[in-house]
Amino acid sequence: MIVLSRSPLPYNPKILELFRNPKNLGKMEDATVTAIAGNPLCGDMITFYLKINEQDIIEKASFESYGCAANIATSSVVTEMIKGKELEDAWKITWKGVSEEVGGLPSIKFHCGILAVGALKRAIRTYYKNKNAFTAWLPNELTFEEKQALEEEELAKVLSKKMKTEEEK
Amino acid sequence: MINNVKELLRAHEGLKHEVYLDIENASITPKEVVDAMLPYYAKRAYGNPTLTHKPGWEAFEVIMESAQKIAKFLGSETLEDINFTPGETEANNLALMGTTLSMKDKGKKLVISEIEPISILQITEMLKRFGFTTTKIPVDSEGFINLEKLKDAVDKETVLVSLSAVNHEIGTIEPIKEALGIVKDKSPQTLFHTDASDAYGKIPFNARELNLDMATLSSYKILGPRGIGALYVKEGVQIDRILEGQIGTQRLWPGIENTPLIVGLTKASELAFERFEENVAHMRRLRDRLIDGIMTGLQDVRLNGSNGDNRAPDNANISFLRCEGEALTIELSLSGVYVSSGSACTRRLLQPSHVMVAIGRKFDEAHGSILMKVTRYHTEEDINYVLEVIPKAVERIRGIVGSTGV
Repeated sequence: MIVLSRSPLPYNPKILELFRNPKNLGKMEDATVTAIAGNPLCGDMITFYLKINEQDIIEKASFESYGCAANIATSSVVTEMIKGKELEDAWKITWKGVSEEVGGLPSIKFHCGILAVGALKRAIRTYYKNKNAFTAWLPNELTFEEKQALEEEELAKVLSKKMKTEEEK
Repeated sequence: MINNVKELLRAHEGLKHEVYLDIENASITPKEVVDAMLPYYAKRAYGNPTLTHKPGWEAFEVIMESAQKIAKFLGSETLEDINFTPGETEANNLALMGTTLSMKDKGKKLVISEIEPISILQITEMLKRFGFTTTKIPVDSEGFINLEKLKDAVDKETVLVSLSAVNHEIGTIEPIKEALGIVKDKSPQTLFHTDASDAYGKIPFNARELNLDMATLSSYKILGPRGIGALYVKEGVQIDRILEGQIGTQRLWPGIENTPLIVGLTKASELAFERFEENVAHMRRLRDRLIDGIMTGLQDVRLNGSNGDNRAPDNANISFLRCEGEALTIELSLSGVYVSSGSACTRRLLQPSHVMVAIGRKFDEAHGSILMKVTRYHTEEDINYVLEVIPKAVERIRGIVGSTGV
Protein backbone atom coordinates (compact mmCIF):
# COMPACT_ATOMS: atom_id res chain seq x y z
CA MET A 1 0.00 0.00 0.00
CA ILE A 2 1.39 3.36 -0.97
CA VAL A 3 0.81 6.16 1.50
CA LEU A 4 1.36 9.46 -0.25
CA SER A 5 1.21 11.73 2.74
CA ARG A 6 0.50 11.63 6.44
CA SER A 7 -0.92 14.02 8.96
CA PRO A 8 -0.77 13.84 12.76
CA LEU A 9 -4.24 12.25 13.19
CA PRO A 10 -6.07 15.39 14.24
CA TYR A 11 -8.55 13.77 16.60
CA ASN A 12 -11.26 16.25 17.56
CA PRO A 13 -12.07 17.21 21.17
CA LYS A 14 -15.06 14.86 21.36
CA ILE A 15 -12.98 11.83 20.37
CA LEU A 16 -10.26 12.86 22.81
CA GLU A 17 -12.84 13.25 25.59
CA LEU A 18 -14.39 9.84 24.88
CA PHE A 19 -10.91 8.32 24.76
CA ARG A 20 -10.03 9.82 28.14
CA ASN A 21 -13.39 9.21 29.79
CA PRO A 22 -15.23 6.53 27.86
CA LYS A 23 -18.91 6.09 28.69
CA ASN A 24 -20.46 2.67 29.28
CA LEU A 25 -17.14 0.91 29.53
CA GLY A 26 -16.81 -2.66 30.76
CA LYS A 27 -18.24 -6.12 30.71
CA MET A 28 -21.97 -6.49 31.55
CA GLU A 29 -22.74 -9.56 33.64
CA ASP A 30 -26.48 -9.62 32.92
CA ALA A 31 -26.27 -8.90 29.17
CA THR A 32 -29.00 -10.37 26.99
CA VAL A 33 -26.65 -10.49 24.04
CA THR A 34 -22.92 -10.09 23.42
CA ALA A 35 -21.31 -9.50 20.02
CA ILE A 36 -17.70 -9.21 18.94
CA ALA A 37 -16.31 -7.72 15.75
CA GLY A 38 -12.78 -7.36 14.45
CA ASN A 39 -9.62 -9.15 15.41
CA PRO A 40 -6.62 -8.19 17.53
CA LEU A 41 -4.38 -9.22 14.64
CA CYS A 42 -5.64 -6.15 12.79
CA GLY A 43 -5.24 -4.06 15.92
CA ASP A 44 -8.98 -3.50 16.08
CA MET A 45 -11.61 -5.36 18.10
CA ILE A 46 -14.87 -4.46 19.84
CA THR A 47 -17.20 -6.30 22.20
CA PHE A 48 -20.73 -4.97 22.79
CA TYR A 49 -22.92 -6.05 25.68
CA LEU A 50 -26.64 -5.26 25.36
CA LYS A 51 -29.42 -5.67 27.91
CA ILE A 52 -32.66 -5.89 25.93
CA ASN A 53 -36.12 -6.03 27.50
CA GLU A 54 -39.23 -7.89 26.35
CA GLN A 55 -40.40 -4.94 24.26
CA ASP A 56 -37.15 -5.19 22.26
CA ILE A 57 -35.85 -1.99 23.82
CA ILE A 58 -32.15 -1.64 24.68
CA GLU A 59 -32.11 -0.89 28.39
CA LYS A 60 -28.35 -0.87 28.83
CA ALA A 61 -25.33 -1.05 26.55
CA SER A 62 -21.65 -1.33 27.31
CA PHE A 63 -18.44 -2.08 25.44
CA GLU A 64 -14.84 -3.20 25.63
CA SER A 65 -12.38 -2.25 22.93
CA TYR A 66 -8.95 -3.31 21.81
CA GLY A 67 -7.94 -0.54 19.47
CA CYS A 68 -6.92 3.03 18.87
CA ALA A 69 -8.51 6.20 20.29
CA ALA A 70 -11.03 6.34 17.42
CA ASN A 71 -12.03 2.73 18.03
CA ILE A 72 -12.63 3.47 21.71
CA ALA A 73 -14.54 6.70 21.00
CA THR A 74 -16.82 5.22 18.32
CA SER A 75 -17.61 2.15 20.44
CA SER A 76 -18.46 4.36 23.39
CA VAL A 77 -20.62 6.68 21.32
CA VAL A 78 -22.57 3.76 19.82
CA THR A 79 -23.52 2.58 23.32
CA GLU A 80 -24.77 6.11 24.05
CA MET A 81 -26.71 6.33 20.80
CA ILE A 82 -28.60 3.05 21.28
CA LYS A 83 -29.46 3.33 24.95
CA GLY A 84 -33.26 3.36 25.37
CA LYS A 85 -33.84 2.72 21.67
CA GLU A 86 -36.03 0.06 20.12
CA LEU A 87 -33.96 -2.46 18.21
CA GLU A 88 -35.58 -1.44 14.93
CA ASP A 89 -34.34 2.12 15.45
CA ALA A 90 -30.94 1.03 16.68
CA TRP A 91 -30.60 -1.01 13.48
CA LYS A 92 -30.89 2.19 11.42
CA ILE A 93 -27.64 3.61 12.82
CA THR A 94 -24.95 3.85 10.14
CA TRP A 95 -21.22 4.34 10.42
CA LYS A 96 -21.65 7.82 8.91
CA GLY A 97 -24.08 8.67 11.69
CA VAL A 98 -21.56 7.46 14.24
CA SER A 99 -18.82 9.47 12.60
CA GLU A 100 -21.02 12.58 12.80
CA GLU A 101 -21.84 11.85 16.43
CA VAL A 102 -18.14 11.86 17.37
CA GLY A 103 -17.66 15.11 15.48
CA GLY A 104 -16.09 13.58 12.37
CA LEU A 105 -13.57 10.79 12.02
CA PRO A 106 -10.27 11.25 10.16
CA SER A 107 -10.66 9.33 6.87
CA ILE A 108 -8.03 6.79 7.87
CA LYS A 109 -10.24 5.97 10.88
CA PHE A 110 -13.55 5.45 9.02
CA HIS A 111 -13.09 1.72 9.54
CA CYS A 112 -13.39 2.21 13.31
CA GLY A 113 -16.91 3.58 12.92
CA ILE A 114 -17.73 0.84 10.43
CA LEU A 115 -16.51 -1.87 12.79
CA ALA A 116 -18.51 -0.44 15.71
CA VAL A 117 -21.73 -0.44 13.69
CA GLY A 118 -20.88 -3.89 12.32
CA ALA A 119 -20.63 -5.17 15.90
CA LEU A 120 -23.93 -3.53 16.84
CA LYS A 121 -25.79 -5.06 13.88
CA ARG A 122 -24.26 -8.41 14.65
CA ALA A 123 -25.56 -8.11 18.23
CA ILE A 124 -29.08 -7.34 17.03
CA ARG A 125 -29.08 -10.26 14.60
CA THR A 126 -27.77 -12.59 17.29
CA TYR A 127 -30.53 -11.46 19.65
CA TYR A 128 -33.30 -12.36 17.20
CA LYS A 129 -31.57 -15.56 16.23
CA ASN A 130 -31.36 -16.62 19.87
CA LYS A 131 -35.00 -15.69 20.31
CA ASN A 132 -35.86 -17.62 17.17
CA ALA A 133 -38.18 -14.80 16.16
CA PHE A 134 -38.99 -13.63 12.64
CA THR A 135 -38.53 -9.89 12.21
CA ALA A 136 -39.93 -8.33 9.06
CA TRP A 137 -37.62 -5.27 9.08
CA LEU A 138 -34.40 -7.24 9.54
CA PRO A 139 -32.82 -7.81 6.11
CA ASN A 140 -31.42 -11.21 5.27
CA GLU A 141 -28.54 -9.72 3.41
CA LEU A 142 -25.62 -8.42 5.45
CA THR A 143 -25.28 -4.63 5.65
CA PHE A 144 -22.20 -2.77 4.49
CA GLU A 145 -20.82 -2.54 8.03
CA GLU A 146 -21.31 -6.25 8.72
CA LYS A 147 -19.61 -7.16 5.47
CA GLN A 148 -16.67 -4.91 6.31
CA ALA A 149 -16.31 -6.48 9.76
CA LEU A 150 -16.34 -9.91 8.16
CA GLU A 151 -13.75 -8.82 5.64
CA GLU A 152 -11.42 -7.66 8.40
CA GLU A 153 -11.87 -10.96 10.24
CA GLU A 154 -11.14 -12.88 7.04
CA LEU A 155 -8.01 -10.83 6.58
CA ALA A 156 -6.94 -11.69 10.12
CA LYS A 157 -7.44 -15.39 9.36
CA VAL A 158 -5.27 -15.11 6.26
CA LEU A 159 -2.61 -13.26 8.24
CA SER A 160 -2.53 -15.78 11.07
CA LYS A 161 -2.40 -18.66 8.59
CA LYS A 162 0.48 -16.97 6.79
CA MET A 163 2.30 -16.50 10.08
CA LYS A 164 1.81 -20.12 11.06
CA THR A 165 3.26 -21.37 7.77
CA GLU A 166 6.19 -19.04 8.23
CA GLU A 167 6.75 -20.35 11.75
CA GLU A 168 6.74 -23.91 10.44
CA LYS A 169 9.35 -22.96 7.87
CA MET B 1 -8.13 20.03 11.13
CA ILE B 2 -5.73 22.55 12.56
CA ASN B 3 -8.31 23.49 15.20
CA ASN B 4 -8.48 19.88 16.33
CA VAL B 5 -4.73 19.88 16.75
CA LYS B 6 -4.95 23.09 18.77
CA GLU B 7 -7.48 21.36 21.03
CA LEU B 8 -5.24 18.32 21.37
CA LEU B 9 -2.41 20.61 22.39
CA ARG B 10 -4.65 22.38 24.90
CA ALA B 11 -5.32 19.00 26.51
CA HIS B 12 -1.60 18.87 27.33
CA GLU B 13 -1.52 22.16 29.22
CA GLY B 14 -0.12 22.11 32.74
CA LEU B 15 2.27 19.19 32.28
CA LYS B 16 4.82 19.19 35.09
CA HIS B 17 7.35 16.94 33.45
CA GLU B 18 7.96 16.09 29.81
CA VAL B 19 10.26 13.38 28.47
CA TYR B 20 10.89 13.05 24.75
CA LEU B 21 11.99 9.54 23.77
CA ASP B 22 10.95 9.48 20.09
CA ILE B 23 14.48 10.03 18.76
CA GLU B 24 13.72 7.49 16.04
CA ASN B 25 11.32 9.87 14.32
CA ALA B 26 12.81 13.30 15.04
CA SER B 27 15.00 14.77 17.74
CA ILE B 28 15.67 17.88 19.73
CA THR B 29 18.59 20.02 18.61
CA PRO B 30 20.51 20.96 21.75
CA LYS B 31 21.56 24.52 22.43
CA GLU B 32 25.27 23.81 21.88
CA VAL B 33 24.47 22.67 18.37
CA VAL B 34 22.17 25.59 17.56
CA ASP B 35 24.74 28.03 18.95
CA ALA B 36 27.39 26.53 16.69
CA MET B 37 25.14 26.89 13.67
CA LEU B 38 23.90 30.45 14.23
CA PRO B 39 26.93 32.45 13.00
CA TYR B 40 26.69 30.64 9.67
CA TYR B 41 23.33 32.15 8.79
CA ALA B 42 24.33 35.80 8.61
CA LYS B 43 27.69 36.43 10.25
CA ARG B 44 30.09 34.38 8.17
CA ALA B 45 30.36 31.73 5.47
CA TYR B 46 26.89 32.54 4.15
CA GLY B 47 28.16 32.50 0.56
CA ASN B 48 28.15 29.80 -2.04
CA PRO B 49 31.28 27.71 -1.44
CA THR B 50 32.06 27.44 -5.15
CA LEU B 51 32.30 31.18 -5.74
CA THR B 52 35.16 33.61 -5.65
CA HIS B 53 34.50 35.92 -2.76
CA LYS B 54 35.17 35.95 0.97
CA PRO B 55 31.78 34.56 2.17
CA GLY B 56 32.15 31.81 -0.44
CA TRP B 57 35.69 30.92 0.57
CA GLU B 58 34.63 30.95 4.21
CA ALA B 59 31.85 28.51 3.36
CA PHE B 60 34.28 26.33 1.41
CA GLU B 61 36.67 26.32 4.36
CA VAL B 62 34.07 25.29 6.95
CA ILE B 63 32.45 22.65 4.71
CA MET B 64 35.80 21.03 3.97
CA GLU B 65 36.82 21.13 7.62
CA SER B 66 33.48 19.61 8.56
CA ALA B 67 33.90 16.81 6.03
CA GLN B 68 37.41 16.20 7.34
CA LYS B 69 36.16 15.89 10.92
CA ILE B 70 33.32 13.55 10.03
CA ALA B 71 35.64 11.43 7.87
CA LYS B 72 37.90 11.14 10.89
CA PHE B 73 35.06 9.98 13.14
CA LEU B 74 34.53 7.20 10.58
CA GLY B 75 38.21 6.29 10.61
CA SER B 76 39.04 7.92 7.29
CA GLU B 77 41.64 10.57 6.51
CA THR B 78 40.00 11.48 3.21
CA LEU B 79 37.51 14.30 3.37
CA GLU B 80 36.34 13.49 -0.17
CA ASP B 81 34.83 10.28 1.26
CA ILE B 82 32.06 12.36 2.82
CA ASN B 83 29.12 13.44 0.67
CA PHE B 84 26.64 15.63 2.44
CA THR B 85 23.02 14.92 1.56
CA PRO B 86 19.76 16.32 2.95
CA GLY B 87 19.35 13.31 5.27
CA GLU B 88 19.35 9.58 5.82
CA THR B 89 16.59 9.00 3.26
CA GLU B 90 18.52 10.82 0.55
CA ALA B 91 21.82 9.13 1.45
CA ASN B 92 20.16 5.72 1.24
CA ASN B 93 18.56 6.63 -2.09
CA LEU B 94 21.94 7.82 -3.36
CA ALA B 95 23.69 4.63 -2.24
CA LEU B 96 21.19 2.23 -3.78
CA MET B 97 20.16 4.11 -6.88
CA GLY B 98 23.65 5.48 -7.51
CA THR B 99 25.10 1.97 -7.38
CA THR B 100 22.46 0.42 -9.62
CA LEU B 101 22.89 3.25 -12.14
CA SER B 102 26.65 2.82 -12.29
CA MET B 103 26.62 -1.00 -12.23
CA LYS B 104 23.51 -1.84 -14.24
CA ASP B 105 25.58 -3.69 -16.86
CA LYS B 106 27.25 -5.89 -14.23
CA GLY B 107 24.17 -7.37 -12.68
CA LYS B 108 20.58 -6.82 -11.63
CA LYS B 109 20.53 -8.26 -8.14
CA LEU B 110 20.37 -6.56 -4.77
CA VAL B 111 20.49 -8.06 -1.30
CA ILE B 112 19.07 -6.43 1.82
CA SER B 113 17.63 -7.76 5.09
CA GLU B 114 14.00 -8.08 6.11
CA ILE B 115 14.43 -5.37 8.74
CA GLU B 116 15.94 -2.50 6.78
CA PRO B 117 14.46 0.98 7.23
CA ILE B 118 11.56 2.01 5.00
CA SER B 119 13.76 4.11 2.70
CA ILE B 120 15.86 1.04 1.77
CA LEU B 121 12.76 -1.15 1.33
CA GLN B 122 10.96 1.40 -0.81
CA ILE B 123 13.95 2.05 -3.07
CA THR B 124 14.28 -1.66 -3.82
CA GLU B 125 10.54 -1.73 -4.61
CA MET B 126 11.05 1.15 -7.01
CA LEU B 127 14.11 -0.49 -8.59
CA LYS B 128 11.94 -3.50 -9.47
CA ARG B 129 10.48 -1.37 -12.23
CA PHE B 130 13.95 -1.17 -13.76
CA GLY B 131 14.52 -4.89 -13.68
CA PHE B 132 16.41 -5.21 -10.39
CA THR B 133 15.42 -8.06 -8.10
CA THR B 134 16.02 -7.94 -4.36
CA THR B 135 16.59 -10.81 -1.96
CA LYS B 136 15.63 -10.08 1.63
CA ILE B 137 17.71 -11.95 4.18
CA PRO B 138 15.68 -13.17 7.18
CA VAL B 139 16.63 -12.45 10.76
CA ASP B 140 16.30 -14.48 13.96
CA SER B 141 14.03 -13.66 16.91
CA GLU B 142 16.50 -11.05 18.21
CA GLY B 143 16.94 -9.45 14.80
CA PHE B 144 20.34 -10.86 13.83
CA ILE B 145 20.71 -11.46 10.11
CA ASN B 146 21.10 -15.03 8.95
CA LEU B 147 24.66 -15.13 7.60
CA GLU B 148 24.15 -18.54 5.96
CA LYS B 149 21.25 -17.17 3.97
CA LEU B 150 23.34 -14.13 3.08
CA LYS B 151 26.04 -16.42 1.71
CA ASP B 152 23.46 -18.26 -0.39
CA ALA B 153 21.94 -15.05 -1.71
CA VAL B 154 25.07 -13.31 -3.01
CA ASP B 155 26.55 -14.18 -6.37
CA LYS B 156 28.51 -12.48 -9.17
CA GLU B 157 25.33 -10.80 -10.42
CA THR B 158 24.79 -9.05 -7.09
CA VAL B 159 25.65 -5.38 -7.50
CA LEU B 160 24.92 -4.28 -3.96
CA VAL B 161 24.33 -5.60 -0.47
CA SER B 162 22.79 -3.14 1.99
CA LEU B 163 22.52 -4.11 5.66
CA SER B 164 22.05 -1.68 8.55
CA ALA B 165 24.81 -1.71 11.14
CA VAL B 166 22.27 -1.24 13.93
CA ASN B 167 18.57 -1.82 13.44
CA HIS B 168 16.63 1.41 13.78
CA GLU B 169 13.70 -0.12 15.63
CA ILE B 170 15.03 -2.84 17.92
CA GLY B 171 18.66 -1.72 18.25
CA THR B 172 20.21 -5.03 17.23
CA ILE B 173 23.91 -4.59 16.42
CA GLU B 174 24.45 -6.63 13.28
CA PRO B 175 27.60 -8.64 12.49
CA ILE B 176 28.55 -6.27 9.68
CA LYS B 177 32.20 -7.31 9.62
CA GLU B 178 31.29 -10.97 9.11
CA ALA B 179 28.61 -10.08 6.57
CA LEU B 180 31.06 -7.99 4.59
CA GLY B 181 33.60 -10.82 4.60
CA ILE B 182 31.02 -13.28 3.32
CA VAL B 183 29.88 -10.94 0.56
CA LYS B 184 33.38 -10.06 -0.68
CA ASP B 185 34.50 -13.69 -0.57
CA LYS B 186 31.71 -14.70 -2.89
CA SER B 187 31.76 -11.65 -5.12
CA PRO B 188 34.58 -9.11 -4.74
CA GLN B 189 32.98 -6.58 -7.11
CA THR B 190 29.70 -6.44 -5.15
CA LEU B 191 29.43 -3.14 -3.30
CA PHE B 192 28.54 -3.17 0.39
CA HIS B 193 26.49 -0.37 1.91
CA THR B 194 25.38 0.01 5.49
CA ASP B 195 22.87 2.43 6.93
CA ALA B 196 24.89 3.44 9.98
CA SER B 197 22.42 6.05 11.21
CA ASP B 198 21.83 4.17 14.44
CA ALA B 199 25.47 3.15 14.85
CA TYR B 200 27.28 6.46 14.32
CA GLY B 201 28.01 8.07 17.66
CA LYS B 202 26.38 5.21 19.56
CA ILE B 203 28.62 2.18 19.07
CA PRO B 204 32.27 1.95 17.97
CA PHE B 205 32.00 2.16 14.20
CA ASN B 206 34.99 2.51 11.90
CA ALA B 207 33.97 2.47 8.25
CA ARG B 208 37.55 2.50 6.98
CA GLU B 209 38.72 -0.33 9.22
CA LEU B 210 35.67 -2.39 8.29
CA ASN B 211 36.50 -1.56 4.66
CA LEU B 212 32.88 -0.66 3.89
CA ASP B 213 32.14 0.73 0.46
CA MET B 214 29.38 3.05 1.66
CA ALA B 215 27.78 4.13 4.91
CA THR B 216 24.80 6.39 5.60
CA LEU B 217 24.87 8.89 8.45
CA SER B 218 21.92 10.79 9.86
CA SER B 219 22.24 14.07 11.70
CA TYR B 220 19.14 14.13 13.87
CA LYS B 221 19.80 10.66 15.24
CA ILE B 222 22.89 12.07 16.98
CA LEU B 223 20.96 15.21 17.97
CA GLY B 224 22.12 17.35 15.07
CA PRO B 225 19.64 19.39 13.05
CA ARG B 226 17.38 17.49 10.68
CA GLY B 227 17.66 18.13 6.95
CA ILE B 228 21.23 16.94 6.74
CA GLY B 229 23.01 13.63 6.55
CA ALA B 230 25.91 12.14 4.69
CA LEU B 231 26.92 9.22 2.58
CA TYR B 232 30.43 7.95 3.20
CA VAL B 233 31.81 6.52 -0.03
CA LYS B 234 35.21 4.82 0.16
CA GLU B 235 37.91 6.28 -2.06
CA GLY B 236 37.84 4.55 -5.43
CA VAL B 237 34.22 3.39 -5.23
CA GLN B 238 32.31 4.73 -8.22
CA ILE B 239 28.62 5.40 -7.99
CA ASP B 240 26.51 7.76 -10.09
CA ARG B 241 24.74 10.93 -9.02
CA ILE B 242 20.99 10.52 -8.90
CA LEU B 243 20.12 14.21 -9.10
CA GLU B 244 21.45 16.73 -11.58
CA GLY B 245 21.77 20.44 -11.13
CA GLN B 246 24.21 23.18 -10.23
CA ILE B 247 27.51 21.47 -9.48
CA GLY B 248 28.73 22.30 -6.00
CA THR B 249 31.49 21.06 -3.74
CA GLN B 250 29.73 17.72 -3.21
CA ARG B 251 30.69 15.18 -5.83
CA LEU B 252 27.49 13.18 -5.46
CA TRP B 253 24.89 15.79 -4.56
CA PRO B 254 24.13 18.89 -6.62
CA GLY B 255 22.72 22.18 -5.39
CA ILE B 256 23.92 24.83 -2.98
CA GLU B 257 25.32 23.43 0.23
CA ASN B 258 23.45 24.18 3.43
CA THR B 259 26.42 25.38 5.44
CA PRO B 260 24.69 25.92 8.85
CA LEU B 261 23.24 22.40 8.78
CA ILE B 262 26.61 20.91 7.87
CA VAL B 263 28.11 22.81 10.83
CA GLY B 264 25.30 21.48 13.02
CA LEU B 265 25.91 17.86 12.02
CA THR B 266 29.62 18.35 12.68
CA LYS B 267 29.03 19.90 16.10
CA ALA B 268 26.60 17.11 17.01
CA SER B 269 29.22 14.57 15.94
CA GLU B 270 31.88 16.27 18.07
CA LEU B 271 29.58 16.25 21.09
CA ALA B 272 28.83 12.56 20.57
CA PHE B 273 32.46 11.56 20.10
CA GLU B 274 34.25 13.94 22.49
CA ARG B 275 33.19 11.93 25.52
CA PHE B 276 32.08 8.85 23.67
CA GLU B 277 32.61 6.30 26.45
CA GLU B 278 30.94 8.51 29.03
CA ASN B 279 27.97 9.27 26.76
CA VAL B 280 27.46 5.63 25.87
CA ALA B 281 27.72 4.54 29.51
CA HIS B 282 25.13 7.15 30.47
CA MET B 283 22.70 6.06 27.76
CA ARG B 284 23.21 2.40 28.61
CA ARG B 285 22.60 3.02 32.32
CA LEU B 286 19.34 4.89 31.67
CA ARG B 287 18.26 2.45 28.98
CA ASP B 288 18.81 -0.51 31.33
CA ARG B 289 16.89 1.23 34.09
CA LEU B 290 14.05 1.88 31.71
CA ILE B 291 13.91 -1.69 30.39
CA ASP B 292 14.37 -3.30 33.83
CA GLY B 293 11.79 -1.03 35.39
CA ILE B 294 9.18 -1.95 32.81
CA MET B 295 10.01 -5.65 32.58
CA THR B 296 9.92 -6.17 36.34
CA GLY B 297 7.12 -3.74 37.10
CA LEU B 298 4.56 -4.90 34.56
CA GLN B 299 3.00 -8.17 33.52
CA ASP B 300 2.62 -9.37 29.94
CA VAL B 301 5.48 -7.39 28.47
CA ARG B 302 8.07 -8.55 25.94
CA LEU B 303 11.42 -7.03 25.12
CA ASN B 304 11.90 -6.73 21.37
CA GLY B 305 15.46 -7.17 20.12
CA SER B 306 18.55 -8.54 21.79
CA ASN B 307 18.95 -8.64 25.55
CA GLY B 308 22.70 -8.38 25.70
CA ASP B 309 25.81 -6.53 24.59
CA ASN B 310 24.63 -6.57 21.00
CA ARG B 311 21.92 -4.03 21.64
CA ALA B 312 22.53 -0.35 20.88
CA PRO B 313 22.99 1.57 24.15
CA ASP B 314 20.07 3.92 23.52
CA ASN B 315 17.36 1.53 22.36
CA ALA B 316 14.41 0.22 24.36
CA ASN B 317 11.59 -1.48 22.49
CA ILE B 318 8.91 -3.25 24.48
CA SER B 319 5.58 -4.85 23.58
CA PHE B 320 2.73 -4.39 26.02
CA LEU B 321 0.26 -7.19 25.46
CA ARG B 322 -3.48 -6.42 25.58
CA CYS B 323 -2.60 -2.83 24.79
CA GLU B 324 -2.97 -1.17 21.41
CA GLY B 325 0.04 1.00 20.63
CA GLU B 326 -1.60 4.10 19.21
CA ALA B 327 -3.95 4.41 22.17
CA LEU B 328 -0.95 4.01 24.45
CA THR B 329 1.12 6.70 22.68
CA ILE B 330 -1.78 9.17 23.09
CA GLU B 331 -2.30 8.24 26.74
CA LEU B 332 1.43 8.66 27.44
CA SER B 333 1.53 11.94 25.55
CA LEU B 334 -1.23 13.34 27.76
CA SER B 335 1.16 12.68 30.67
CA GLY B 336 4.15 14.21 28.89
CA VAL B 337 5.93 11.04 27.77
CA TYR B 338 6.52 11.04 24.02
CA VAL B 339 7.16 7.72 22.29
CA SER B 340 6.20 5.92 19.08
CA SER B 341 4.64 2.56 18.35
CA GLY B 342 4.97 -0.15 15.74
CA SER B 343 1.21 -0.68 15.68
CA ALA B 344 -0.69 -0.71 12.44
CA CYS B 345 -2.71 2.30 13.58
CA THR B 346 0.18 4.67 14.18
CA ARG B 347 1.69 3.63 10.89
CA ARG B 348 -1.58 4.16 8.95
CA LEU B 349 -1.09 0.81 7.29
CA LEU B 350 -3.01 -2.40 7.79
CA GLN B 351 0.04 -4.26 9.00
CA PRO B 352 2.27 -3.53 11.95
CA SER B 353 5.98 -2.76 11.70
CA HIS B 354 7.80 -5.09 9.29
CA VAL B 355 10.65 -5.34 11.80
CA MET B 356 8.31 -6.78 14.45
CA VAL B 357 6.88 -9.24 11.96
CA ALA B 358 10.36 -10.27 10.78
CA ILE B 359 11.51 -11.16 14.31
CA GLY B 360 8.44 -13.36 14.67
CA ARG B 361 6.30 -11.13 16.83
CA LYS B 362 2.63 -11.95 16.53
CA PHE B 363 0.57 -9.10 15.16
CA ASP B 364 -1.07 -8.35 18.49
CA GLU B 365 2.38 -8.22 20.11
CA ALA B 366 3.55 -5.87 17.39
CA HIS B 367 0.48 -3.62 17.76
CA GLY B 368 1.43 -3.07 21.39
CA SER B 369 5.09 -2.28 20.78
CA ILE B 370 6.59 0.97 22.04
CA LEU B 371 9.94 2.33 20.85
CA MET B 372 12.00 4.59 23.09
CA LYS B 373 15.51 5.95 22.66
CA VAL B 374 17.46 7.71 25.38
CA THR B 375 20.11 10.38 24.85
CA ARG B 376 22.97 11.80 26.87
CA TYR B 377 20.65 14.64 27.86
CA HIS B 378 18.14 12.43 29.65
CA THR B 379 18.39 12.20 33.43
CA GLU B 380 17.58 9.69 36.15
CA GLU B 381 14.58 11.87 37.02
CA ASP B 382 13.32 11.58 33.44
CA ILE B 383 13.45 7.80 33.55
CA ASN B 384 11.86 7.73 37.00
CA TYR B 385 9.02 9.83 35.64
CA VAL B 386 8.58 7.54 32.61
CA LEU B 387 8.53 4.51 34.92
CA GLU B 388 5.88 6.22 37.01
CA VAL B 389 3.69 7.10 34.03
CA ILE B 390 3.90 3.92 31.91
CA PRO B 391 2.25 1.46 34.36
CA LYS B 392 -0.69 3.85 34.88
CA ALA B 393 -1.14 4.36 31.15
CA VAL B 394 -0.90 0.64 30.40
CA GLU B 395 -3.34 -0.16 33.18
CA ARG B 396 -5.89 2.33 31.87
CA ILE B 397 -5.67 1.11 28.26
CA ARG B 398 -5.85 -2.51 29.41
CA GLY B 399 -8.94 -1.53 31.39
CA ILE B 400 -10.65 -0.47 28.17
CA VAL B 401 -9.60 -3.68 26.45
CA GLY B 402 -11.03 -5.81 29.27
CA SER B 403 -11.49 -9.35 28.04
CA THR B 404 -11.73 -8.34 24.37
CA GLY B 405 -9.12 -9.94 22.19
CA VAL B 406 -7.68 -12.09 24.95
